[in-house]
Amino acid sequence: MFTAPIAELAPALASKRLSSVELTTALFDRIDALNPRLNAFLARDRKRALGAARAADARLAAGNASPLTGIPIAHKDVLMTAGWKTTCGSRMLENFVAPYSAFVVERLADAGMVLVGKTNMDEFAMGSSSETSYFGPVKNPWNVDYVPGGSSGGSSAAVAARLVPAATGTDTGGSIRQPAALSGVCGLKPTYGVCSRYGLIAFASSLDTPGPFAQTAEDCALLLNAMAGHDPRDSTSVDRPREDYARLLRAPGGAKPLAGVRIGLPKEYFGDGIDADVAAAVDAALGEFRKLGATTVEVTLPNLDLSVPVYYVIASAEASSNLARFDGVRYGHRAAKYDDLTDMYKKTRAEGFGAEVKRRILIGTYVLSHGYYDAYYLKAQQVRRLIAEGFQRAYQQCDLILGPTAPTAAFKLGAKTSDPVQMYLNDIFTVAGNLTGAPAISIPCGFDRNGLPIGLQLQGNHFRESVILNAAHRYQQATDWQRREPADIALETAR
Amino acid sequence: MALSSAEIQRIAHLARIEITPAEAVDVRAKLDSIFDLIGRMRAVDTAGIVPMSHAQDVTLPLREDIVTETDRRELYQSVSPAVQNGLYLVPKVIE
Repeated sequence: MFTAPIAELAPALASKRLSSVELTTALFDRIDALNPRLNAFLARDRKRALGAARAADARLAAGNASPLTGIPIAHKDVLMTAGWKTTCGSRMLENFVAPYSAFVVERLADAGMVLVGKTNMDEFAMGSSSETSYFGPVKNPWNVDYVPGGSSGGSSAAVAARLVPAATGTDTGGSIRQPAALSGVCGLKPTYGVCSRYGLIAFASSLDTPGPFAQTAEDCALLLNAMAGHDPRDSTSVDRPREDYARLLRAPGGAKPLAGVRIGLPKEYFGDGIDADVAAAVDAALGEFRKLGATTVEVTLPNLDLSVPVYYVIASAEASSNLARFDGVRYGHRAAKYDDLTDMYKKTRAEGFGAEVKRRILIGTYVLSHGYYDAYYLKAQQVRRLIAEGFQRAYQQCDLILGPTAPTAAFKLGAKTSDPVQMYLNDIFTVAGNLTGAPAISIPCGFDRNGLPIGLQLQGNHFRESVILNAAHRYQQATDWQRREPADIALETAR
Repeated sequence: MALSSAEIQRIAHLARIEITPAEAVDVRAKLDSIFDLIGRMRAVDTAGIVPMSHAQDVTLPLREDIVTETDRRELYQSVSPAVQNGLYLVPKVIE
């Protein structure tokens, strides 16, 4: 019961068959037992969580609860959380206690969710394996010799191991969808601007997108309902009428609930470099979508192969600017010894940042420097438009674009840490969604020969979250991949 | 593309990150391979293409010119490495 999805926990809480205090206590016991093997949590606070759980139980008793009241959640440690250490997985912010909360953190607290802790991540969200954290790598709950994906790997691992039914993440180049795929959970990247970036410690401002992790697409819809909304404190937050992202999911389905939905299959997603087991699982999923009534059409996405190079110019350029704020003056680490102000900056940043973060700052500094701007940054912005136009042409023929989330299932810890380019190419199918700003979900669709989960990505045009979520939900009603759970590794080891 | 050691040190100075000569060797090798990857996009013909700086064509919103922020200096300075009398302390920059 305690490890059930939100859609099953909420009615149990509402009918008093379960209290939030019981649920939170049970999950904390799981976290205490399993986290030492996974390193998914950087901070957790049982006492504070039980306080929130008692408040949620009171709200449930008073009859003014939301569908999320009393449900435990964890936040990625890139989201400012008032009174909590918010480290971004970096030595730079090792002792930083956030003075205020991110918009999405506030909204989920307002909904009555119970915050249990902060999750580990690649340093400043730069990575695809959650290995660049200053606080050590996160392990994949399906096999602790493997990475959980990244950068939101602590959140994906926590949901996969059923330590929490929900977690937040942020997606700048795939950092929600790719770890969701590699950890075997659902992860939604909403349209850019749907969830405010206020209080999200910035990596690449034109790409950063907060979103939910959960066991099911239905749960992601419930979480997005609380996380979405206009926020004047983020100048790119969109101001549009409130939407119930779960409304299509409640409609009666019938035998062909996806009749009329056109699924685009880009040949660029089914070419060389896709692991055979991944290709087979995606093909099988496609068969299910056809059975559910969807039709398919071949589409092309020109220049998709350039999305990774374009991304590394734009994201690094923005990172070099955003991370200039970490100077040892207003917050964070400051070097103990230095000669003068410039030396203080240099030593502070040399000590505070890890190797991958430094590399990205250096790339960004270079592409923005005098004489190189047109050749790199401007060029990347132009190719970004070509890629976005390609997607718009594809969406004239289809409602959704289907493909693998990542070319392979999880890889071993350390397998790609010495070769950043190999690590970057893991994001080949996800970065375009950030360049265009359109929404996408990753849902589990099978396992590879090593028993590691495989993710299916469904992308849609801007603001089409409800269509994506509905398609994912109908697939999950017809299949049960999302119900598969990893064995409790720590407990097994102890036996 | 191959970056020289001098270029690595120049970029590192611009980014205000100290890099030892030993680190520079590794940084240089990795940046070279990353710029080989990035170089793939430079072959595309982009003549006349308007640069896309944001995921959506949003116009920046305006708000009333009124004070909305309250004074939270003490709270915000509580996370600083060095403050005194409400001021951030840095090494002396003028003689």
